[in-house]
Amino acid sequence: MIKNISNLGDAAVYCDFGDEVNKEINSKVINYFQNLKDFKFEGITNLTPSYNKLIVSFDLSVTNFEKTKKIIENLEIKKNHSISKKKIQIPICCEKEYALDLKKLEKKLNKPTDEILETFFSKEYFCYMTGFIAGMPFLGDIDKNLHAKRLETPRVKVPKGSIGLTEQFCNIYTFESPGGWNIIGNTPLNVFDSLNEDNPNLINPGDTVSFIKINKEKYKNYNE
Amino acid sequence: MSENFFKVIRAGINTTFQDLGRSNLNHIGIPISGVMDKRNYIIANKILQNVPSHPIIEFAYQGPRLVYYGEPLNISVSGDVKFKIFKNKNEIEGKCYEIITLEDHDEIDLISTNKSVYGYLAIGADLNIDYQWKSCSINTKANIGSNNGKKLQDSQKIEVSKIKELSRRKLDYINSKIENIRVIKGTNFHYFSKESQANFFKKEYSVTKLTDRMGMRLEGQRLDNIINTNIKSEGLVKGVIQIPADGNPIIMLADHGTIGGYPKIATVISADFDKLSQLTPGSKIKFKEVNLKDAETIFKLYEMETNNIISKIL
Repeated sequence: MIKNISNLGDAAVYCDFGDEVNKEINSKVINYFQNLKDFKFEGITNLTPSYNKLIVSFDLSVTNFEKTKKIIENLEIKKNHSISKKKIQIPICCEKEYALDLKKLEKKLNKPTDEILETFFSKEYFCYMTGFIAGMPFLGDIDKNLHAKRLETPRVKVPKGSIGLTEQFCNIYTFESPGGWNIIGNTPLNVFDSLNEDNPNLINPGDTVSFIKINKEKYKNYNE
Repeated sequence: MSENFFKVIRAGINTTFQDLGRSNLNHIGIPISGVMDKRNYIIANKILQNVPSHPIIEFAYQGPRLVYYGEPLNISVSGDVKFKIFKNKNEIEGKCYEIITLEDHDEIDLISTNKSVYGYLAIGADLNIDYQWKSCSINTKANIGSNNGKKLQDSQKIEVSKIKELSRRKLDYINSKIENIRVIKGTNFHYFSKESQANFFKKEYSVTKLTDRMGMRLEGQRLDNIINTNIKSEGLVKGVIQIPADGNPIIMLADHGTIGGYPKIATVISADFDKLSQLTPGSKIKFKEVNLKDAETIFKLYEMETNNIISKIL
């Protein structure tokens, strides 16, 4: 299942599941991640799944690459493990003050705003991974007619709650953060809650997300 | 019961509570955080006979100035730090790596770190601070950890309790510098031209001002990517050296983003993290290649050296 295992520095194992990004490969990554997580090996300090890679970090004073590699290779993988499969609705407002890059996208994609939004809202999106910043979901795949490159100059501060698009993916900025994705709207929903230590992320890998368009009034009143 | 606490007169540039950080949360986007210079953290706590994971006050460049109110309390400072203690009207030059006893109304002014970045103030008592995911480490980007995830602020209080018995212990120790950063080739090393692969190990790189607890940006001979300046985003670990489109290296440090989309040219070995973190902007470094076996041996030596230093505390 893992195509190649190598070392990433002296304290991590790099598991390569392939080069493509699709649900099938990603499900394998998530399944390995869940199995390793449940096994609770001594010395493992982090498991970082992504589209098609899984990085297993360890404490070099407790274990090493060869030992950790063997554990991964010999791990008995139980199928269809407890992968999260929730369906989540995210309200977003795409009015001017929140849709920072819609005008630029009209030009990049050569399509009017209405068509861009209609295409975007008509699909459900799969969560491949979370990370970069706490709780940020990487969702896909967006319609091929909406594929756009990152901003040439990334923003120093993307507002919290922003929904961004790039290539086949979209994401939600859980915090104000630097970033270069094309911002088409903003959600009033809190997607990451650091006070909920057991389950801080609203969206987890394997979940399906659909976006609901709301107007500015509803956005402003959302948390009241 | 009397209250024992510090009051922050001046917070300093980037003063945070840290410990060994929080593990197994990368998958939700939370990095490991924790102290930048682990050896100096261990030594400062060990001098006070604190447990190895005891919270510490970490500061960068200019540290805090604090006034203490309460029962006599032991502290120790580690790193290469210029600091002063004020007792009544007396001004005492501070010495790192030895126990200092603070009494009611004494002040400590952690003025600056000499030709280094991070210094540590360890306290011989429990700190009354919050833990998140079993760690007090403050991650200011995600507002996670003690102090509501924010760096220390002017005029705030730091309460302490369970003050330890007073004692006198010290260590003769001088921090050494590093010029060669040892690395293992990365998963995307072949993305770079033959010339750039050679230059990466041959040319000097300087540390820029765009360096913080998240990462260290370097500047030097541009590294030419001949395959793709982006990869499909994937996990990062501390020490990974990413090369974005501009061709200058960025080294991931304790508060790094958990996922990144730039090619990985190499990874710094674990034994060199402490000294790497202490490099000030303008410092010149060279990367030196080692293999995995060497890195593992070097790490064992690093641990032995730490234990050897600790054993010399008298």
